Amino acid sequence: MTAGKRSGRETFWMVLTGITGVLILIGLYMSLMWAPTAANLPTVNEQLAQRIFYFHVSAGWVGYVAFGVTAAASVLYLIKRQRRFDNIAVSSAEIGVVFTAANLVSGSIWARPTWNTWWTWDDPRLTLAAIVLMVYIAYLMLRNAIDDPERKARLASIYGIVGFISVPLSFVSVRIWRTIHPAVIGTASETSQGGFDMSGNMVIVLLFSIFTFSLLYFVLLHYRLCLEDQRVELEEYKMAALAEA
Amino acid sequence: MSFLRKVMAIVWKDVRAELRTKDILSSMLVFSFLTVLIFQFAFDLRTSVVNLVLPGVLWIAITFAGVLGLNRSFILEQDRGSMEGLLMAPMDRSAIYFGKLIGNLLFIFVMELVLLPLMTVMFNVSLLAPAILLVVFLGTIGYAAVGTLFAALSINTRAREVMLPVLLFPVMVPVFVAGVQATGRLLDGDTLADIARWVQLLAAYDGIFIAAAMILFDYVVEE
Repeated sequence: MTAGKRSGRETFWMVLTGITGVLILIGLYMSLMWAPTAANLPTVNEQLAQRIFYFHVSAGWVGYVAFGVTAAASVLYLIKRQRRFDNIAVSSAEIGVVFTAANLVSGSIWARPTWNTWWTWDDPRLTLAAIVLMVYIAYLMLRNAIDDPERKARLASIYGIVGFISVPLSFVSVRIWRTIHPAVIGTASETSQGGFDMSGNMVIVLLFSIFTFSLLYFVLLHYRLCLEDQRVELEEYKMAALAEA
Repeated sequence: MSFLRKVMAIVWKDVRAELRTKDILSSMLVFSFLTVLIFQFAFDLRTSVVNLVLPGVLWIAITFAGVLGLNRSFILEQDRGSMEGLLMAPMDRSAIYFGKLIGNLLFIFVMELVLLPLMTVMFNVSLLAPAILLVVFLGTIGYAAVGTLFAALSINTRAREVMLPVLLFPVMVPVFVAGVQATGRLLDGDTLADIARWVQLLAAYDGIFIAAAMILFDYVVEE
Protein backbone atom coordinates (compact mmCIF):
# COMPACT_ATOMS: atom_id res chain seq x y z
CA MET A 1 0.00 0.00 0.00
CA THR A 2 1.49 3.35 -1.03
CA ALA A 3 1.55 6.34 1.26
CA GLY A 4 -0.65 8.37 -1.07
CA LYS A 5 -3.31 5.69 -1.27
CA ARG A 6 -3.41 5.28 2.46
CA SER A 7 -3.88 8.97 3.10
CA GLY A 8 -6.63 8.93 0.47
CA ARG A 9 -8.42 6.22 2.42
CA GLU A 10 -7.89 8.07 5.66
CA THR A 11 -9.33 11.22 4.13
CA PHE A 12 -12.34 9.25 2.93
CA TRP A 13 -13.08 7.92 6.41
CA MET A 14 -12.52 11.31 8.03
CA VAL A 15 -14.96 12.92 5.63
CA LEU A 16 -17.47 10.13 6.15
CA THR A 17 -17.13 10.51 9.93
CA GLY A 18 -17.78 14.23 9.59
CA ILE A 19 -20.81 13.65 7.39
CA THR A 20 -22.18 11.09 9.86
CA GLY A 21 -21.77 13.58 12.71
CA VAL A 22 -23.66 16.26 10.81
CA LEU A 23 -26.39 13.77 9.81
CA ILE A 24 -26.82 12.74 13.46
CA LEU A 25 -27.40 16.37 14.42
CA ILE A 26 -29.88 16.81 11.57
CA GLY A 27 -31.56 13.53 12.57
CA LEU A 28 -31.87 14.76 16.18
CA TYR A 29 -33.46 17.99 14.96
CA MET A 30 -35.79 16.12 12.66
CA SER A 31 -36.97 13.60 15.24
CA LEU A 32 -37.28 16.04 18.14
CA MET A 33 -38.55 19.17 16.35
CA TRP A 34 -39.48 18.65 12.72
CA ALA A 35 -41.38 15.37 12.91
CA PRO A 36 -45.11 15.86 13.44
CA THR A 37 -46.55 15.10 16.85
CA ALA A 38 -48.39 11.78 17.07
CA ALA A 39 -51.72 13.55 17.47
CA ASN A 40 -53.82 10.52 18.33
CA LEU A 41 -51.91 9.80 21.56
CA PRO A 42 -53.93 10.95 24.56
CA THR A 43 -51.38 12.69 26.81
CA VAL A 44 -48.55 15.13 26.18
CA ASN A 45 -46.10 12.80 27.90
CA GLU A 46 -46.93 10.01 25.49
CA GLN A 47 -46.65 12.36 22.54
CA LEU A 48 -43.21 13.52 23.67
CA ALA A 49 -42.05 9.99 24.47
CA GLN A 50 -43.14 8.82 21.03
CA ARG A 51 -40.26 10.83 19.54
CA ILE A 52 -37.83 8.29 21.00
CA PHE A 53 -39.25 5.94 18.37
CA TYR A 54 -36.80 7.14 15.66
CA PHE A 55 -33.78 6.48 17.85
CA HIS A 56 -35.25 3.26 19.26
CA VAL A 57 -36.07 1.57 15.94
CA SER A 58 -32.77 2.63 14.34
CA ALA A 59 -30.72 1.28 17.26
CA GLY A 60 -32.58 -2.03 17.08
CA TRP A 61 -32.01 -2.19 13.33
CA VAL A 62 -28.26 -1.64 13.70
CA GLY A 63 -28.14 -4.29 16.45
CA TYR A 64 -29.63 -7.01 14.26
CA VAL A 65 -27.61 -5.98 11.18
CA ALA A 66 -24.43 -6.08 13.27
CA PHE A 67 -25.18 -9.59 14.54
CA GLY A 68 -25.94 -10.72 11.00
CA VAL A 69 -22.55 -9.37 9.92
CA THR A 70 -20.93 -11.24 12.82
CA ALA A 71 -22.52 -14.51 11.70
CA ALA A 72 -21.52 -14.00 8.06
CA ALA A 73 -17.96 -13.07 9.03
CA SER A 74 -17.80 -16.14 11.30
CA VAL A 75 -18.76 -18.44 8.42
CA LEU A 76 -16.19 -16.76 6.18
CA TYR A 77 -13.51 -17.11 8.84
CA LEU A 78 -14.09 -20.86 9.16
CA ILE A 79 -13.85 -21.25 5.38
CA LYS A 80 -11.02 -18.86 4.54
CA ARG A 81 -9.08 -18.66 7.83
CA GLN A 82 -8.17 -15.03 7.37
CA ARG A 83 -7.72 -12.99 10.53
CA ARG A 84 -9.56 -10.11 8.90
CA PHE A 85 -12.92 -11.92 9.03
CA ASP A 86 -12.58 -12.65 12.73
CA ASN A 87 -11.74 -9.00 13.35
CA ILE A 88 -14.94 -8.03 11.54
CA ALA A 89 -16.93 -10.58 13.57
CA VAL A 90 -15.78 -9.33 16.97
CA SER A 91 -15.97 -5.64 16.02
CA SER A 92 -19.49 -6.03 14.71
CA ALA A 93 -20.58 -8.04 17.76
CA GLU A 94 -19.35 -5.34 20.13
CA ILE A 95 -21.16 -2.62 18.22
CA GLY A 96 -24.27 -4.81 18.09
CA VAL A 97 -24.25 -5.30 21.87
CA VAL A 98 -24.00 -1.54 22.44
CA PHE A 99 -26.84 -0.76 20.02
CA THR A 100 -29.09 -3.56 21.27
CA ALA A 101 -28.57 -2.26 24.80
CA ALA A 102 -29.43 1.25 23.55
CA ASN A 103 -32.51 -0.21 21.89
CA LEU A 104 -33.63 -1.85 25.15
CA VAL A 105 -32.95 1.21 27.29
CA SER A 106 -34.69 3.62 24.91
CA GLY A 107 -37.58 1.16 24.65
CA SER A 108 -37.87 1.09 28.43
CA ILE A 109 -37.92 4.88 28.60
CA TRP A 110 -40.63 4.94 25.95
CA ALA A 111 -42.61 2.13 27.59
CA ARG A 112 -42.82 3.88 30.97
CA PRO A 113 -45.23 6.67 29.94
CA THR A 114 -46.95 4.62 27.22
CA TRP A 115 -47.39 1.13 28.66
CA ASN A 116 -47.09 2.35 32.25
CA THR A 117 -44.25 -0.10 32.91
CA TRP A 118 -40.49 -0.18 32.30
CA TRP A 119 -40.58 -3.72 31.07
CA THR A 120 -43.12 -6.34 30.04
CA TRP A 121 -42.52 -10.00 29.30
CA ASP A 122 -45.72 -10.01 27.26
CA ASP A 123 -44.09 -8.48 24.22
CA PRO A 124 -42.20 -11.03 22.08
CA ARG A 125 -39.85 -8.43 20.61
CA LEU A 126 -38.80 -7.18 24.02
CA THR A 127 -38.14 -10.69 25.28
CA LEU A 128 -36.24 -11.57 22.12
CA ALA A 129 -34.00 -8.50 22.38
CA ALA A 130 -33.06 -9.53 25.93
CA ILE A 131 -32.23 -13.09 24.80
CA VAL A 132 -30.18 -11.88 21.82
CA LEU A 133 -28.25 -9.51 24.05
CA MET A 134 -27.36 -12.44 26.33
CA VAL A 135 -26.21 -14.56 23.36
CA TYR A 136 -23.74 -11.90 22.24
CA ILE A 137 -22.56 -11.04 25.74
CA ALA A 138 -21.77 -14.77 26.06
CA TYR A 139 -19.97 -14.52 22.70
CA LEU A 140 -17.75 -11.72 24.00
CA MET A 141 -17.15 -13.59 27.28
CA LEU A 142 -16.08 -16.67 25.35
CA ARG A 143 -13.53 -14.60 23.45
CA ASN A 144 -12.18 -13.16 26.69
CA ALA A 145 -11.66 -16.65 28.11
CA ILE A 146 -9.33 -17.85 25.33
CA ASP A 147 -5.75 -16.66 24.98
CA ASP A 148 -4.50 -18.22 21.77
CA PRO A 149 -5.61 -15.92 18.89
CA GLU A 150 -6.21 -18.69 16.33
CA ARG A 151 -8.21 -20.80 18.77
CA LYS A 152 -10.14 -17.74 19.93
CA ALA A 153 -11.10 -16.87 16.36
CA ARG A 154 -12.11 -20.44 15.50
CA LEU A 155 -14.19 -21.19 18.61
CA ALA A 156 -15.81 -17.76 18.63
CA SER A 157 -16.81 -18.26 14.98
CA ILE A 158 -18.55 -21.51 15.92
CA TYR A 159 -20.43 -19.80 18.72
CA GLY A 160 -21.24 -16.84 16.46
CA ILE A 161 -22.89 -19.20 13.97
CA VAL A 162 -24.81 -21.36 16.50
CA GLY A 163 -25.94 -18.25 18.39
CA PHE A 164 -27.27 -16.63 15.23
CA ILE A 165 -29.18 -19.78 14.22
CA SER A 166 -30.86 -19.82 17.63
CA VAL A 167 -32.26 -16.30 17.27
CA PRO A 168 -35.18 -17.11 14.88
CA LEU A 169 -36.01 -20.22 16.93
CA SER A 170 -36.09 -18.14 20.10
CA PHE A 171 -38.35 -15.68 18.33
CA VAL A 172 -40.75 -18.45 17.30
CA SER A 173 -40.81 -19.78 20.85
CA VAL A 174 -41.62 -16.46 22.54
CA ARG A 175 -44.12 -15.72 19.78
CA ILE A 176 -46.08 -18.96 20.25
CA TRP A 177 -45.80 -18.54 24.02
CA ARG A 178 -47.45 -15.13 23.93
CA THR A 179 -50.12 -15.88 21.35
CA ILE A 180 -51.24 -19.00 23.20
CA HIS A 181 -51.18 -17.26 26.56
CA PRO A 182 -53.47 -14.26 26.42
CA ALA A 183 -51.83 -11.26 28.07
CA VAL A 184 -53.35 -10.58 31.47
CA ILE A 185 -52.98 -6.81 31.56
CA GLY A 186 -54.26 -5.30 28.34
CA THR A 187 -53.01 -6.48 25.00
CA ALA A 188 -49.31 -6.51 24.47
CA SER A 189 -48.84 -5.39 20.92
CA GLU A 190 -47.59 -1.92 20.07
CA THR A 191 -50.53 -1.19 17.82
CA SER A 192 -52.97 -1.50 20.67
CA GLN A 193 -51.14 0.47 23.35
CA GLY A 194 -49.26 3.58 22.38
CA GLY A 195 -49.80 2.91 18.71
CA PHE A 196 -49.94 5.82 16.30
CA ASP A 197 -50.52 6.40 12.61
CA MET A 198 -47.38 7.10 10.65
CA SER A 199 -47.85 10.23 8.59
CA GLY A 200 -45.67 10.89 5.53
CA ASN A 201 -43.18 13.05 7.40
CA MET A 202 -42.80 10.47 10.15
CA VAL A 203 -41.80 7.87 7.59
CA ILE A 204 -39.20 10.27 6.17
CA VAL A 205 -37.73 10.92 9.61
CA LEU A 206 -37.65 7.20 10.38
CA LEU A 207 -35.90 6.32 7.11
CA PHE A 208 -33.45 9.18 7.57
CA SER A 209 -32.73 8.01 11.09
CA ILE A 210 -32.18 4.41 10.02
CA PHE A 211 -29.87 5.58 7.23
CA THR A 212 -27.85 7.74 9.63
CA PHE A 213 -27.53 4.94 12.17
CA SER A 214 -26.41 2.54 9.45
CA LEU A 215 -23.75 5.03 8.41
CA LEU A 216 -22.71 5.37 12.04
CA TYR A 217 -22.44 1.59 12.19
CA PHE A 218 -20.03 1.49 9.24
CA VAL A 219 -17.92 4.31 10.64
CA LEU A 220 -17.73 2.64 14.06
CA LEU A 221 -16.93 -0.70 12.42
CA HIS A 222 -14.09 0.92 10.50
CA TYR A 223 -12.51 2.46 13.60
CA ARG A 224 -13.02 -0.70 15.64
CA LEU A 225 -11.27 -2.67 12.87
CA CYS A 226 -8.34 -0.21 12.89
CA LEU A 227 -8.10 -0.72 16.64
CA GLU A 228 -8.13 -4.51 16.21
CA ASP A 229 -5.40 -4.29 13.55
CA GLN A 230 -3.26 -2.25 15.91
CA ARG A 231 -3.86 -4.74 18.69
CA VAL A 232 -2.73 -7.58 16.47
CA GLU A 233 0.34 -5.60 15.46
CA LEU A 234 1.14 -4.89 19.11
CA GLU A 235 0.82 -8.60 19.91
CA GLU A 236 3.30 -9.38 17.15
CA TYR A 237 5.83 -6.84 18.49
CA LYS A 238 5.40 -8.30 21.96
CA MET A 239 5.99 -11.81 20.65
CA ALA A 240 9.09 -10.66 18.73
CA ALA A 241 10.45 -8.90 21.81
CA LEU A 242 9.84 -11.99 23.94
CA ALA A 243 11.53 -14.18 21.35
CA GLU A 244 14.62 -11.96 21.42
CA ALA A 245 14.83 -11.85 25.20
CA MET B 1 -15.77 -50.72 11.06
CA SER B 2 -18.95 -48.97 10.10
CA PHE B 3 -19.70 -45.44 11.29
CA LEU B 4 -22.36 -46.68 13.69
CA ARG B 5 -20.01 -49.18 15.30
CA LYS B 6 -17.39 -46.48 15.83
CA VAL B 7 -20.01 -44.29 17.48
CA MET B 8 -21.17 -47.13 19.68
CA ALA B 9 -17.58 -47.93 20.65
CA ILE B 10 -17.23 -44.42 22.09
CA VAL B 11 -20.60 -44.67 23.82
CA TRP B 12 -19.65 -48.02 25.32
CA LYS B 13 -16.31 -46.61 26.51
CA ASP B 14 -18.09 -43.75 28.29
CA VAL B 15 -20.72 -46.02 29.79
CA ARG B 16 -18.11 -48.43 31.11
CA ALA B 17 -16.03 -45.63 32.60
CA GLU B 18 -19.18 -44.27 34.23
CA LEU B 19 -20.20 -47.66 35.61
CA ARG B 20 -16.84 -47.91 37.36
CA THR B 21 -16.79 -44.48 38.99
CA LYS B 22 -20.48 -43.47 38.91
CA ASP B 23 -19.26 -39.85 39.26
CA ILE B 24 -21.49 -38.24 36.66
CA LEU B 25 -24.75 -40.02 37.37
CA SER B 26 -24.53 -39.73 41.13
CA SER B 27 -23.74 -36.01 41.04
CA MET B 28 -26.47 -35.32 38.48
CA LEU B 29 -29.06 -37.28 40.47
CA VAL B 30 -28.24 -35.70 43.81
CA PHE B 31 -28.04 -32.24 42.26
CA SER B 32 -31.42 -32.59 40.53
CA PHE B 33 -33.07 -33.68 43.81
CA LEU B 34 -31.49 -30.76 45.61
CA THR B 35 -32.78 -28.38 42.95
CA VAL B 36 -36.33 -29.68 43.40
CA LEU B 37 -35.93 -29.49 47.16
CA ILE B 38 -34.77 -25.87 47.03
CA PHE B 39 -37.71 -24.94 44.80
CA GLN B 40 -40.04 -26.67 47.21
CA PHE B 41 -38.80 -24.39 50.00
CA ALA B 42 -38.71 -21.33 47.74
CA PHE B 43 -42.24 -21.63 46.36
CA ASP B 44 -43.97 -23.92 48.84
CA LEU B 45 -45.35 -26.19 46.12
CA ARG B 46 -48.79 -27.03 47.48
CA THR B 47 -51.64 -28.38 45.40
CA SER B 48 -52.99 -24.96 44.50
CA VAL B 49 -49.87 -23.81 42.69
CA VAL B 50 -48.24 -27.07 41.77
CA ASN B 51 -49.42 -27.21 38.14
CA LEU B 52 -48.29 -23.65 37.63
CA VAL B 53 -44.79 -23.97 39.01
CA LEU B 54 -43.87 -27.64 38.63
CA PRO B 55 -43.09 -27.62 34.87
CA GLY B 56 -40.56 -24.87 35.46
CA VAL B 57 -39.03 -26.75 38.40
CA LEU B 58 -38.75 -29.92 36.30
CA TRP B 59 -36.99 -28.16 33.42
CA ILE B 60 -34.69 -26.18 35.70
CA ALA B 61 -33.69 -29.43 37.43
CA ILE B 62 -33.01 -31.10 34.05
CA THR B 63 -31.08 -28.08 32.74
CA PHE B 64 -28.93 -27.45 35.81
CA ALA B 65 -28.16 -31.09 36.51
CA GLY B 66 -27.57 -31.67 32.80
CA VAL B 67 -24.81 -29.06 32.74
CA LEU B 68 -22.89 -31.11 35.32
CA GLY B 69 -22.96 -34.20 33.12
CA LEU B 70 -22.19 -32.32 29.90
CA ASN B 71 -19.20 -30.66 31.50
CA ARG B 72 -17.71 -33.92 32.68
CA SER B 73 -17.95 -35.58 29.28
CA PHE B 74 -15.03 -33.67 27.77
CA ILE B 75 -13.21 -32.50 30.89
CA LEU B 76 -12.55 -36.15 31.80
CA GLU B 77 -11.03 -36.75 28.37
CA GLN B 78 -8.86 -33.67 28.68
CA ASP B 79 -7.66 -34.33 32.22
CA ARG B 80 -6.69 -37.91 31.49
CA GLY B 81 -5.05 -36.94 28.20
CA SER B 82 -7.33 -39.30 26.30
CA MET B 83 -8.66 -36.58 24.00
CA GLU B 84 -5.59 -37.01 21.78
CA GLY B 85 -6.27 -40.73 21.62
CA LEU B 86 -9.82 -40.13 20.48
CA LEU B 87 -8.69 -37.61 17.87
CA MET B 88 -6.00 -39.93 16.53
CA ALA B 89 -8.41 -42.82 16.07
CA PRO B 90 -8.96 -43.52 12.35
CA MET B 91 -12.51 -42.24 12.04
CA ASP B 92 -14.56 -39.27 11.06
CA ARG B 93 -14.55 -36.58 13.77
CA SER B 94 -18.33 -36.48 13.75
CA ALA B 95 -18.27 -40.04 15.15
CA ILE B 96 -16.74 -38.54 18.31
CA TYR B 97 -19.54 -36.00 18.44
CA PHE B 98 -22.29 -38.57 18.06
CA GLY B 99 -20.61 -40.94 20.50
CA LYS B 100 -20.38 -38.23 23.12
CA LEU B 101 -23.91 -37.02 22.36
CA ILE B 102 -25.44 -40.46 22.82
CA GLY B 103 -23.42 -41.00 25.99
CA ASN B 104 -24.61 -37.68 27.43
CA LEU B 105 -28.18 -38.44 26.39
CA LEU B 106 -28.05 -41.81 28.16
CA PHE B 107 -26.87 -40.21 31.40
CA ILE B 108 -29.49 -37.47 31.28
CA PHE B 109 -32.24 -39.98 30.41
CA VAL B 110 -31.28 -42.15 33.38
CA MET B 111 -31.44 -39.08 35.61
CA GLU B 112 -34.87 -38.21 34.22
CA LEU B 113 -36.07 -41.78 34.71
CA VAL B 114 -35.41 -41.36 38.42
CA LEU B 115 -36.44 -37.69 38.65
CA LEU B 116 -39.84 -37.95 36.95
CA PRO B 117 -41.31 -40.76 39.13
CA LEU B 118 -39.88 -39.07 42.21
CA MET B 119 -41.56 -35.76 41.39
CA THR B 120 -44.75 -37.61 40.50
CA VAL B 121 -44.81 -39.12 43.99
CA MET B 122 -43.66 -36.02 45.85
CA PHE B 123 -46.10 -33.59 44.26
CA ASN B 124 -48.94 -35.93 43.38
CA VAL B 125 -49.08 -35.04 39.68
CA SER B 126 -48.75 -37.52 36.84
CA LEU B 127 -45.54 -36.63 35.05
CA LEU B 128 -45.31 -40.14 33.62
CA ALA B 129 -47.91 -39.59 30.90
CA PRO B 130 -46.67 -40.61 27.41
CA ALA B 131 -47.14 -37.09 26.01
CA ILE B 132 -45.03 -35.53 28.77
CA LEU B 133 -42.37 -38.19 28.26
CA LEU B 134 -42.30 -37.31 24.55
CA VAL B 135 -41.82 -33.60 25.31
CA VAL B 136 -39.06 -34.36 27.82
CA PHE B 137 -37.44 -36.75 25.33
CA LEU B 138 -37.40 -34.22 22.47
CA GLY B 139 -36.29 -31.37 24.70
CA THR B 140 -33.44 -33.40 26.15
CA ILE B 141 -32.17 -34.28 22.67
CA GLY B 142 -31.98 -30.63 21.62
CA TYR B 143 -30.40 -29.65 24.92
CA ALA B 144 -27.74 -32.37 24.71
CA ALA B 145 -27.08 -31.70 20.98
CA VAL B 146 -26.06 -28.09 21.64
CA GLY B 147 -24.63 -28.91 25.06
CA THR B 148 -22.23 -31.55 23.72
CA LEU B 149 -20.89 -29.13 21.09
CA PHE B 150 -20.43 -26.34 23.64
CA ALA B 151 -18.88 -28.71 26.18
CA ALA B 152 -16.18 -29.55 23.64
CA LEU B 153 -15.79 -25.83 23.02
CA SER B 154 -15.61 -24.73 26.64
CA ILE B 155 -12.80 -27.12 27.63
CA ASN B 156 -10.58 -24.95 25.44
CA THR B 157 -11.28 -21.85 27.51
CA ARG B 158 -9.62 -20.65 30.68
CA ALA B 159 -12.76 -20.90 32.78
CA ARG B 160 -13.71 -24.39 31.47
CA GLU B 161 -16.77 -25.60 33.40
CA VAL B 162 -17.89 -22.09 34.31
CA MET B 163 -18.13 -21.20 30.63
CA LEU B 164 -20.59 -23.92 29.58
CA PRO B 165 -23.80 -22.60 31.20
CA VAL B 166 -23.02 -19.05 30.06
CA LEU B 167 -22.71 -20.25 26.47
CA LEU B 168 -25.52 -22.79 26.58
CA PHE B 169 -28.44 -21.12 28.37
CA PRO B 170 -29.09 -18.20 25.97
CA VAL B 171 -29.04 -20.56 22.98
CA MET B 172 -31.38 -23.11 24.56
CA VAL B 173 -34.14 -20.64 25.35
CA PRO B 174 -36.44 -22.23 22.70
CA VAL B 175 -36.09 -25.68 24.32
CA PHE B 176 -36.76 -24.27 27.76
CA VAL B 177 -39.79 -22.20 26.74
CA ALA B 178 -41.27 -25.03 24.65
CA GLY B 179 -40.55 -27.64 27.33
CA VAL B 180 -42.06 -25.66 30.18
CA GLN B 181 -45.09 -24.51 28.20
CA ALA B 182 -45.86 -27.93 26.73
CA THR B 183 -45.41 -29.73 30.06
CA GLY B 184 -47.60 -27.18 31.81
CA ARG B 185 -50.40 -27.46 29.28
CA LEU B 186 -50.30 -31.26 29.37
CA LEU B 187 -50.60 -31.10 33.17
CA ASP B 188 -53.61 -28.81 32.72
CA GLY B 189 -55.30 -31.55 30.72
CA ASP B 190 -54.52 -30.55 27.13
CA THR B 191 -53.87 -33.31 24.63
CA LEU B 192 -50.85 -33.80 22.42
CA ALA B 193 -52.77 -32.30 19.48
CA ASP B 194 -53.27 -29.05 21.42
CA ILE B 195 -49.55 -28.58 21.93
CA ALA B 196 -48.54 -29.72 18.43
CA ARG B 197 -46.78 -26.41 17.75
CA TRP B 198 -44.48 -26.85 20.74
CA VAL B 199 -43.65 -30.42 19.73
CA GLN B 200 -42.92 -29.24 16.18
CA LEU B 201 -40.67 -26.49 17.52
CA LEU B 202 -38.74 -28.98 19.66
CA ALA B 203 -38.36 -31.40 16.74
CA ALA B 204 -37.17 -28.56 14.47
CA TYR B 205 -34.69 -27.41 17.10
CA ASP B 206 -33.33 -30.95 17.45
CA GLY B 207 -32.91 -31.41 13.69
CA ILE B 208 -31.35 -28.01 13.04
CA PHE B 209 -28.84 -28.16 15.85
CA ILE B 210 -27.82 -31.79 15.39
CA ALA B 211 -27.04 -30.94 11.75
CA ALA B 212 -25.22 -27.71 12.68
CA ALA B 213 -23.23 -29.37 15.45
CA MET B 214 -22.25 -32.26 13.18
CA ILE B 215 -20.70 -29.81 10.72
CA LEU B 216 -19.17 -27.47 13.31
CA PHE B 217 -17.72 -30.14 15.61
CA ASP B 218 -14.87 -30.74 13.14
CA TYR B 219 -13.75 -27.15 13.67
CA VAL B 220 -13.88 -27.44 17.47
CA VAL B 221 -11.47 -30.36 17.70
CA GLU B 222 -9.22 -29.65 14.75
CA GLU B 223 -6.04 -28.96 16.77
